[in-house]
Amino acid sequence: MMAAGGGAGMRGKVDDKSVELFLGKLLRWGVLLAALVVFVGGVWFVAESSDVPQNYRAFRGEPADLRVVPQIVDQAIALRPLGLIQLGLLLLIATPVARVLFSVLGFALERDWMYVVITLLVLALLVYTLTSRSGV
Amino acid sequence: MNTLELTLVIALGSFLAGMLGSLTGLGGGVVIVPLLTLVFGVDIRYAIGASLVSVIATSSGAAAAYLREGYSNMRVGMFLEIATTVGAVSGAFLARYLHTSIIAIVFGLVLLYSAYTTTQTLADPPAGMAPDRIATLLRLDGTYPTDDRLKSYHVRNVPIGFGLMYVAGVLSGLLGIGSGAVKVLAMDQAMKIPFKVSTTTSNFMIGVTAAASAGIYLRRGYIDPGLAMPVMLGVLAGALVGAKILPGAKVRTLRIVFGVVIAALAIEMIFQGVRGKL
Repeated sequence: MMAAGGGAGMRGKVDDKSVELFLGKLLRWGVLLAALVVFVGGVWFVAESSDVPQNYRAFRGEPADLRVVPQIVDQAIALRPLGLIQLGLLLLIATPVARVLFSVLGFALERDWMYVVITLLVLALLVYTLTSRSGV
Repeated sequence: MNTLELTLVIALGSFLAGMLGSLTGLGGGVVIVPLLTLVFGVDIRYAIGASLVSVIATSSGAAAAYLREGYSNMRVGMFLEIATTVGAVSGAFLARYLHTSIIAIVFGLVLLYSAYTTTQTLADPPAGMAPDRIATLLRLDGTYPTDDRLKSYHVRNVPIGFGLMYVAGVLSGLLGIGSGAVKVLAMDQAMKIPFKVSTTTSNFMIGVTAAASAGIYLRRGYIDPGLAMPVMLGVLAGALVGAKILPGAKVRTLRIVFGVVIAALAIEMIFQGVRGKL
């Protein structure tokens, strides 16, 4: 999958091109799914509150159930419109994370352990930002 | 305005930003924050949160087209991703302690630099350079397809590129943008990577960097679903339409127009920041 990365000798076992095409499709479907969930939640949210005066001038910060991953999932399962939008945004944030995860597998298949470690480091940072208690 | 009206006008503005960003190759993210803060009076923290989300959408949405071409260098991307994600975390950390006026001023300066890059044409580095010791050690050198054969290239100045990528990450985390202009500066100018390789690799990196910042902004409550919804959908739709009409578009004229718009927004951001209005 490392199209321009390794020399010809490092490939062989994995068909780079087909993995890249698969990844591209995966990312596009991920974005479309995220957009669909955001759209459904959005239409619902606007329908419920269309007459409410709205501006985002004053910063209040979101409540915990719209900023912590397990609680967002709970809100979405309970079919709260704002919870659905937030779940869609989470799916969207997950698309580049998924790409990094698949890169770990790709480098492992090529037995390029240095890059398995480098990619795992990036993956760990991404997971940390989404799960750290304090939000850094 | 009520929720329906505000949602629709924000979606329309984001659509235009996404379309212009895709047509000019500058990305829509860079104008979302000024659009939301200056035109709609949105708090800059909410604006940055919504902008980050739209940056991820355009990056992942465009990846399919880029991956098909087979130009991107995953080793370069992943190695530099360490610098940009650590930078993004630092930037998001800084955002919590800097006054919003200062963030607005920094934003304006970065916008001015982006406007300046629209006037530059990028040329590929000369061929036949000697290999670089660090790049060889990290196996960063690569090849890319041209009309008739695979062309190989050597990557240079790895430490400078890595440092610039950290700066790109900080700006991304602080301002909610993709920092495409700084990433191109690092890869094209410093590391001497061919233009096609650096743009496609940068597209992938922008999504990962923005995801690192977005995770923090979400946990911190800066991503408002009601606002992020029309921004994300608008920018994504605009970018898709932009990519469709790109072959027939007068890109040069558009780049100049977009550059002027960005410069005007930059000056207004700085002005409002100095007055303490943002």
